[in-house]
This record gives sequence, structure tokens and C-alpha cells, in this order.
Amino acid sequence: MKVKVISRSTDEFTRERSNDLQRVFRNFDPSLRPQDKAVEYVRALNSAKLDKIFARPFVGAMDGHIDAVSCMAKNPNYLKGIFSGSMDGGMLLMLRRRTVCRFRGHDGAVKGLTVSTDGRILVSCGVDKTVRLWDVPVATLTDSSDSSDKTPEVLLINLAVDYQWDGDLFATSGARVDIWNRNRSQPVNSFEWGTDTVISVRFNPGDPNVLATSASDRSIAIYDLRMSSPARKLIMQTKTNSVSWNPMEPMNFTAANEDCNCYSYDARKLDEAKCVHKDHVSAVMDIDYSPTGREFVTGSYDRTIRIFQYNGGHSREIYHTKRMQRVFSVKFSCDGSYIISGSDDTNLRLWKAKASEQLGVLHPREKRKHEYHAAVKNRYKHLPEVNRIVRHRHLPKPIYKAAALRRTMTEADRRKEQRRKAHSAPGSIVTEPMRKRRIIKEVE
Amino acid sequence: MEISEELDAPEVKKFLRGKAPNLEVLQDKKLKGQLSVREEFYGISAKAAAKAAKWLMPSEGGFLEAEGLEKTWRIKQEAIAKEVDVLSSRNQYDIVLPDLGPYTVDFTSSGRYMAVAGRKGHLAIVDMQNMNLIREMQVRETVRDAVFLHNELFFAAAQKKYTYIYNRDGTELHCLREHGAVLKLQFLKNHFLLASINKFGQLHYQDVTTGEMIGNFRTGLGRTNVMEVNPFNGVVALGHSGGTVTMWKPSAVNPLVKMLCHHGAVSAMAFHPNGHLMATSGKERKIKLWDLRKFEVLQTLPGHAKTLDFSQKGLLAAGTGSYVQIFRETESQNYSRYMGHSMAKGYQIGKVSFRPYEDVLGIGHSMGWSSILIPGSGEPNFDSWVANPFETPKQRREKEVHSLLDKLPPETIMLDPSKIGTVRPSKKKEKPTKQEREANKEAAVEAAKGITMKKKTKGRSKPSKISKKKQDNILRAKRPFLEQQTHEEMSKKQKLISENKEELPVSLQRFASKKPKS
Repeated sequence: MKVKVISRSTDEFTRERSNDLQRVFRNFDPSLRPQDKAVEYVRALNSAKLDKIFARPFVGAMDGHIDAVSCMAKNPNYLKGIFSGSMDGGMLLMLRRRTVCRFRGHDGAVKGLTVSTDGRILVSCGVDKTVRLWDVPVATLTDSSDSSDKTPEVLLINLAVDYQWDGDLFATSGARVDIWNRNRSQPVNSFEWGTDTVISVRFNPGDPNVLATSASDRSIAIYDLRMSSPARKLIMQTKTNSVSWNPMEPMNFTAANEDCNCYSYDARKLDEAKCVHKDHVSAVMDIDYSPTGREFVTGSYDRTIRIFQYNGGHSREIYHTKRMQRVFSVKFSCDGSYIISGSDDTNLRLWKAKASEQLGVLHPREKRKHEYHAAVKNRYKHLPEVNRIVRHRHLPKPIYKAAALRRTMTEADRRKEQRRKAHSAPGSIVTEPMRKRRIIKEVE
Repeated sequence: MEISEELDAPEVKKFLRGKAPNLEVLQDKKLKGQLSVREEFYGISAKAAAKAAKWLMPSEGGFLEAEGLEKTWRIKQEAIAKEVDVLSSRNQYDIVLPDLGPYTVDFTSSGRYMAVAGRKGHLAIVDMQNMNLIREMQVRETVRDAVFLHNELFFAAAQKKYTYIYNRDGTELHCLREHGAVLKLQFLKNHFLLASINKFGQLHYQDVTTGEMIGNFRTGLGRTNVMEVNPFNGVVALGHSGGTVTMWKPSAVNPLVKMLCHHGAVSAMAFHPNGHLMATSGKERKIKLWDLRKFEVLQTLPGHAKTLDFSQKGLLAAGTGSYVQIFRETESQNYSRYMGHSMAKGYQIGKVSFRPYEDVLGIGHSMGWSSILIPGSGEPNFDSWVANPFETPKQRREKEVHSLLDKLPPETIMLDPSKIGTVRPSKKKEKPTKQEREANKEAAVEAAKGITMKKKTKGRSKPSKISKKKQDNILRAKRPFLEQQTHEEMSKKQKLISENKEELPVSLQRFASKKPKS
């Protein structure tokens, strides 16, 4: 007879000293865990609820301006530094949610701000027909009193400015697009296409010689500095307020349009948008991509900020507060974890990019737990209860009503079109996809 | 030796939880890509689990092998005691308490603590690791059953009139009046539900976390004290005196399954931990093993059992009179006798229960309780996060919080729990073929012709009347088939019209021709 029975001595299965960690034994046999799918579903539901409980995206408001915030710039060389300009001509340098220095930038509104890639020079332009270059104070905060040194005089009002990625050039735009070298007081190059004002300009992060502009003649134009004339132009039905290039796919850019939508384009193929991002209920004023290139933030005239996936038709998040007025500028922080918004109510606001993210240093175990929760939530996101909780957002009443109205209107349009199509000769009415519908023409 | 790379290897397959879906039929490329990535992850995790199982499991299971002419069922407990170590031989004992029996026993899920209840009001909790009597009390009335709740701190006892919940110190916490005079209690660990069956055959479900009564069902099948929970899906099964077994979930008034298992009354029932096998025993001296996927008898064993229990490794213990018999699955998938044990002095066995994670069988009998060694019955490796026999109070507190967070809603109790999160396939009715329909019609007509008329008085059995009635019967039998035929013809016509419509623009569809195109 051969016999063996399970025999466990307590010493082998418990810790030796009270300072030791408790010993853990694993057995992955599925029969020890009955109803594992139900348990996972309950966990997905709980994590969706926890996400809602911990969704506290608003970090803080930063005041200091005495008029609406018109523009902002982030220091690419220093994570915590933000520059902002206001409608009264004041400019602020913020560090860690505190105003470090405040100075008179321009007579009249500051319209554009940008920082060079090395973080040394701040360029501002305003309605006083000057472009000013500022030395950015070093992060030690000791010599915070900086002086405006060079002031290239221009005779035109400039509305936007952007610095070349890793270069010496910057572009200003107004009645025409001027390219400046920071060491000279005259523009290196200037472009003109049509008579209307150019309201925004953005350099391509991939190819430093390419820039995109939008103008009040409803056009988006792409310029190449190596050529003497502008390259391509796209005219839409409504004005584009701002453009932003995707930093990870630098051939793509997204345009914030007056018709409440954002349009993602491939710069090589302007006859059709790659994606239409709908959700705002009023004009989109500003747009900025996350450094990861997977999502972007928009600020709108409807007093909300929304975050979109780069390929998502609807926003994944909406931020609003009672006191935030019309948003004129938004920026993603350089680490992609915060959003800064500047609005009509003279405040800058700091938001978390992921509303329920836990801040601070995470224990590896905490990190794993968060990952597990995200995974089960993703797995059961199609189930109605989980989906409902994940999708639910509280909206201010005017926005909720406006969104409902817009939905009704688009639905009515669609129905009308459908009926018209049904009652016409087949093929005589062609429905254009939304990606093409708002484009008037492309000019080479 | 490395684990073989194939996912078909049995040691890997165990962790895969079912077959992969066929992704080739999918039209959506994006979805196909996402799903194939996910399937890859499943494969990787199953392989990692198989590797961990191979190398990191500290202990191997127990066994009993006969040599030469020996038979395993002839080996006595005394012989086993001589061979095993001192620690294990301590698990063989008889506690004789002649005054307060018969006793029932219940173990916590980690197998560390045991609750015993004597019929005459004796309740006790024992720490099985060091044989410490934690608490003992006398409630001075009949106790029919006692079960642990989610951990050893609480237990419920079915007493003469009501069910009570006590804590470990013996303090009465709750009196559950709504359950009535309960005969048998069961606790659903994942759902925190206390299920009970009372004298009037009413099944109650109560949520012990909120105190809410989740379900209250009249079985309508009489008094019974045979109730078991299927650990695989949380379904409660009841065995009735008419030989039927019914299975219940708290969200339905009617039983999920009602099956006639025995010609005599059902006297005991047990579920295999993998949920696919049920053992029942009837008063007509048969023990049957059922496949719960097909609801078919797999095997019929002779003999009677007053109590049945499956161990974690799938051994089946059957207690009757003063004899316990243990069955084991052989290579041919059949259960055959493995061990046996006779109680001393003819003590009558009331309840057998395997101790989880140990090779021990606990027996409650008329004169106290006993414990014997059954090598190979328990799972040798415990998982600290599932059930830890060496749990500290701190770990227990943490686990209580986590298990409450993961508490399953009562709706998740269903026959196939893997259905959660899947899409229900659309049901298509199978149409009978024309031949089958004809045959059915013929059979119905033949049956109508075969009806014999009663002899009636006063001219109502005249041959003419009888033949007319027969004709009527035949017509009545034919009618449903004819109606179905006309209905089908109508629907065919409708289909034709809609086909004709489709070719026209919407505005002209109402003028579509109702005739088939030539």
C-alpha cells in the first residue's frame, strides 16, 4: 500500500518574523473561481462608477488679467511655464499656478504669443502694430524682471504668431503672412493670397518649412517657405478659427471651424476631410493637440472645453464650470496630462486631461489595479449598464438644449433629403458625405 | 521539460476557458484586428498560467495505491494512520457526545473552521488547524442545520421556529422570522445570499448584506430537506419526495429545471465543483450521476445514501446507516468504489462533508462527529486570494471588503454563467418539410378515424349520425393543417408583392403589381 495525504505545516505557509511580508500562494485553476465572468462584469461596473466618483478634472483657476484672455503659449523647454496675453495688453508668466511676473505687453490687445523651441524667446504681437521679442526669465525666478529688447516695427496689425519648430524663424499673420528671423528687424519673406485677414498660423512640427494658416475669407492655406508663393488653399463654407498639426502624424492637421465642428485633414489630400469631429454647439475658437497625437482639446464659444480622439467623431470628455465664460484659447500641457484654458472671464483654468486620473506618484500595485480596471471596463463596455455610466455627462442646461435642438435639426435635414431622394429620379440626387459637404473648393 | 507551445495541450487548454471564435467570418476589419489581438493575449495568459501551475505549485495531491492483491476499498483507516505523518493522523478522530446528537457539520470555504450543530441545541465552532474549540453554546431548542456565512465570523442556525444569525462569540445578531421553520440552509458565497427551505416547502433567498428578502417561492412539491447549491452557477437545487429535482434562481418564480430523477423520494444530492455533474440518491436504493449539460443519466450506482458530497477533486462520498462509501472516477469516466469506512458501534450517519484543501472527510452522526482520511480528495494548492487556510485577521478584513465590492447581483445566477456579456443568437424556427407535414396530417386523420363513439340512447347513435360525427372529427383534425397551408400561401403572396415593390421608387410603391411577373 502506498499512501500520501496533504499535510501542511504552519511554518511553511506563514511568515517567519512579523517584519516579513505575508506569503502568497497562487493557483490559477479556473474551477476555484466559479462565475468569473459575472465577477468581472461586476468589477467593470464598479470601476465605471468609481471613475465617475473620482472625476474631478478642475485643478484650479489662475487670475491676474484684467480683461479676457486672448492667447496663450506654453514653454516647450519648461513644463510648468505658461504665458498668457490679454485683451487689455497685459501679459502674465505663470509658474505652478502662480503668477510670476506681470507686465504691460502691448498697447491694446495682445493677439498672439509663441515661444521658441529652446524656450529662450517669447514673441508677442498685438493690435498696436508691433511684434515684440522678450527674453524669457530662467526658471530660478531670481531675475524675473525681463525687458523687451527688440521691437520690430510693423505697419500692420498682426493677429497671430507662431515660432518655427527648431529654427530661428517665426511667422506673423494679419493682412499678410510675414516670416521673420529673430535677429533682424525686417521680415525675411512675406506671402499674400487674397485680401482678407489671416487669423491663425501654425508651423508644421515635422517639416519646419511648412506652415498652415486660416483666414477670414473661410480659407485654410498651406505655405512652403522654400517656395516664393503659397502652395495650396482650401475654401470651406465657414471660417476656420484655428488650426493645429498632429505632432505624431505631421501630415495631418485639424481645423477648428466656426460651424461648431472640427475637421481633420490630410495636408496632401485636401478635397476630403479625414474625420469630422462634432459635439460643440457654438463656434470652436481654439484647438491644440496632445503631444501624444492621440487626442486634442478644443475650446468653444459655448463656454465648454471638449477633448476628442484624433479619429473620433464625438468627444470623449466635456469640461465646464459655472464661472467659465467663452473660451478663447486652450493648450495641452507638454506632458499631455493637463489642459489649460483661457476664457472671457479673465481667468486661466487648469484641468486634468483624464478626469478621474489619480495624481502623484503611484505605487506599482496601484498602477496595476488601475490597468486592470481599465481592461475590464474595456471588455464589458458594450453592456448597456456599463455603457450608460461611462457615457453619462452632466451638461449645463443651455448646452443640453442646444445640442438637442441641433440633433433635431440634423435629423430633420436627413429625413428631408431622404424623402427628396426617394421621390426623384434615381441617381439625380447624390448625398455628399459630411466629410465633403462643407468644402467649397480647393485651389492650387 | 518545457510546456509545449501549442494551445491544444491539455494543461494549457484548462486555462483557456473555451474555444476561440471564428474571426474569418467577420466583415469589419477593425473589429477583426482588435479581436485577434485579444485572442493572442488569451493564449499568452493561458500559457503563462500553465507554466506557473507547472513550476510554482508547491504541493502535490494525496493518493492511495494498492499493491499486489490489495484492494483500496479494503484498506482500513487504522492502516492509513500507520503510514502517514503525525500531523495528518491527527485528522482521524471520533468526538462522542451522546446526549445532543445527531450532528451536522459545515466547513468554511478555506476549510479551516468547522461549525457543528447538534439536533438538541448544541452549536460549536472549531478551528481545525489546532483543534481549538472557539465557541460552544447551547440554544436549548431544536437545531436543524447550521452554515457559515462568508467567513468564520458569522454563522446561521436553523432552529425550531426561526433562523438565527450568530457571530463567532455566540452573540445572536439577527432573528430571521420571515423564513419560518427552516429545515435546511445554504449560503451563496459570491452573491451573499442565504437560501433556506422551510417546513411548508417555501424557498427563501435573503441578502445578508442588506437584509432584503430577494425571493420567496412556493415550490408546491411538499416538505423536503434536500437542498444543495451548484457552486458553478449558484443555482439552488431541491430534491422532492415525489422523486423530482427542481433548480431555482432568485429572479424567477418557476423552477429553471424540473427533472424526474427517481421513482422514490430523493434523499440526498451533491454537485461536482465543475458544475457539470450531479449525484442524486433515491429511496428506491439507487444513486444516479447526471450530466447537467444534457440532463441525462451517466451512471446508476446501486445503494442508498442519506447524504452525499463531492470533494474538490471529484470524489463522491455517500453515507448510509453507519457506513460511508467513497467513489472515484476511473479511466473509463465511470465512478467506482474507492474506499469505505464503518462507524464504530453503529453510529448513524447524518451528514458527510469533505474538508476543502485537505484529504479529510467530516462526518456528522448520531453520537457526535468524526473525521477520517480520504487520500486524494482535496485540492493540494490553495490560492491566497480565493481561500486561504492560513489567513490572518488583517487579511480576512481586507478580503471581506473586496468580496463585498465584488458581490454579484442575484440576476447573475443562471444555468450557464458564461453567457454573461455574450450576444444571444437569434432563434430561427425550423420549418417542417412538406413530407413531414403530410405525414403529420395523415397521422392526425388516422387518429380521428380511430376514435370510438360512445353508445348513446334515443336515436343519437344512429349509423347516419355516427358517420357524420366521424366526418366532423376528420375535418377538425385536418383544419389546422389546412389553415397553416393557406397562411403560408398568403405570406408567399405578400412576399411577392414586396418584391415587386422593391424595384419601384418609394413614391410609386403603393401601385406595385400584385401579380407574379411572367
